[in-house]
Amino acid sequence: MALLTLEGVSKRFGGVVANHAISFEVRPGEIVGLIGPNGAGKSTLFDVVTGYYRPDAGRVAFGGRDLVGLRPDQVNRLGIGRTFQKLRPFREMTVLENVMVAVMQHAPQPAAAGEEALGYLEFVGLAGKGSVHARGLSTGERKRLELARALATRPRLLMLDEVTGGVDQKTIPGLVALIGRLRERGLTLVVIEHNMRVIMALADRIVALHLGEVIAEGPPAEVVRDRRLIEAYLGGAYARGA
Amino acid sequence: MRRSTVLLVAALAALVLAVPLLARLPYHRDLVIKVLLFGMLAQAWNILAGYCGQISLGHAVFFGTGAYTSTVLQLEAGLSPWLGLLGGVLLAVLLSQIIGYPCFRLRGHYFAIATIAVGEIVQTLALNWEAIGAARGLSLPIRPDSLAAFQFHRSKYPYYYIVLGLLLTCLAVSAWIERSRVGYYFRAIREDPEAAASVGIPVTRYKLIAMAFSAAFVAAGGTFYAQYVLFLDPESAMPLSLSILICLLAVVGGVGTLWGPVLGAAVLIPLSELTRVQFGGTGRAVDLIIYGALLTAVAVYQPAGLAGLLRRARGR
Repeated sequence: MALLTLEGVSKRFGGVVANHAISFEVRPGEIVGLIGPNGAGKSTLFDVVTGYYRPDAGRVAFGGRDLVGLRPDQVNRLGIGRTFQKLRPFREMTVLENVMVAVMQHAPQPAAAGEEALGYLEFVGLAGKGSVHARGLSTGERKRLELARALATRPRLLMLDEVTGGVDQKTIPGLVALIGRLRERGLTLVVIEHNMRVIMALADRIVALHLGEVIAEGPPAEVVRDRRLIEAYLGGAYARGA
Repeated sequence: MRRSTVLLVAALAALVLAVPLLARLPYHRDLVIKVLLFGMLAQAWNILAGYCGQISLGHAVFFGTGAYTSTVLQLEAGLSPWLGLLGGVLLAVLLSQIIGYPCFRLRGHYFAIATIAVGEIVQTLALNWEAIGAARGLSLPIRPDSLAAFQFHRSKYPYYYIVLGLLLTCLAVSAWIERSRVGYYFRAIREDPEAAASVGIPVTRYKLIAMAFSAAFVAAGGTFYAQYVLFLDPESAMPLSLSILICLLAVVGGVGTLWGPVLGAAVLIPLSELTRVQFGGTGRAVDLIIYGALLTAVAVYQPAGLAGLLRRARGR
């Protein structure tokens, strides 16, 4: 049975249709890559699933529970963690405190929360930075922090918005390896990613969006050959030439 | 605790206990009581604004609620001012939730503006509400000195110890908040409400909790004020200028810290008195000009407040 089910999800902002009749499933244990050119509606879809936007139509179900109408914090407590495309660390809190806050829904006592939080920081390779203010981190470190913070809520499904976006080339392999290890922990992932090499290496399945609609879905090797996807990224002329 | 911390606390305690011996003139005594009262109000405001990041400019409403509730209950029902204090706190907490629920839909400056509007509405209602004395105000009957009556005329020092107790309670609760999950949640909400929600924090509920704590202590301060001054009207018990003063003390002292707001009150209240005494009689508002210039200097050169200045001096 699917862990996450989207059925006919639509979201519009005034006259702009951000998501139109989007349907797909995410099965337990798999990594689904969500791709598409800028403005395809990927981040909006994340916000719809995680309760930041209410869809105008359609159904979102997680482990059999309907998510539409729930607040972001309720969605998180049901077991969906997320990161943001524009990183949102708690800037004036230390790196350790950033993660402690997330642990506290399971371990309210600061001492216990601190210990558990340290484990997540070690996992993402930030253990040495625990007492630094989050505002002092580099972009790559902030990405790791967001990951640790999302993990600390003990999710079953993790939704990562642009894991390697804005990060220099040297940092990418480390982040990719980290995501591989998340799968080994038994997590299910939905990943938005622009770097095709990264997504090909990670994803079991790819869902491609264009102008708010699903235009291709399937194993990575098949999807990248899809004519409509090539057209969406490069324009019609290239697709005909290929 | 470190040795220096223990010494500092001991010195402060000694100073606090010795104040009635040092401040013998009624003027000085009144000043000390004011500092403690406003220190508490500023710290109570700090729970909502400093820790949780919700800048309220309507806290005079809760001050007035505390002052009026205990006073009206005494005049109408002969109720003890101590029970009235409790009633004022409860009513202010209730009111804070009613005000907070819609206002917390607004962010940043818009929340602050909404609280100004609420403050003005409540004051206008009070100015026209006959049952609570409208614009004429209410006078409390003079009773013989006793703790039960919450009135002291021969010696005003009991007021000093009562307000000191209120301040210490407020500081103790604030210290507890800082160390517990509530405080961590408040700070996360202050830093980024969206990100806070993404890690499972029910943002509005925790803002309302911060508002409740904050309103409760401000209301207690209101009852104290009523018992100390024994006269109330909407112009003195819930003006916008009071809301702004509370905010100012905390900001100058250091927002989001435990000692900053008290420090702000300890510096600014005597300063405003001093400038008024020295320059107030000129009729050219020189006192306000000097006071304003000092505030501007702090805002420009030390945005972390006096507490930030001290922290830097201690080399941390």
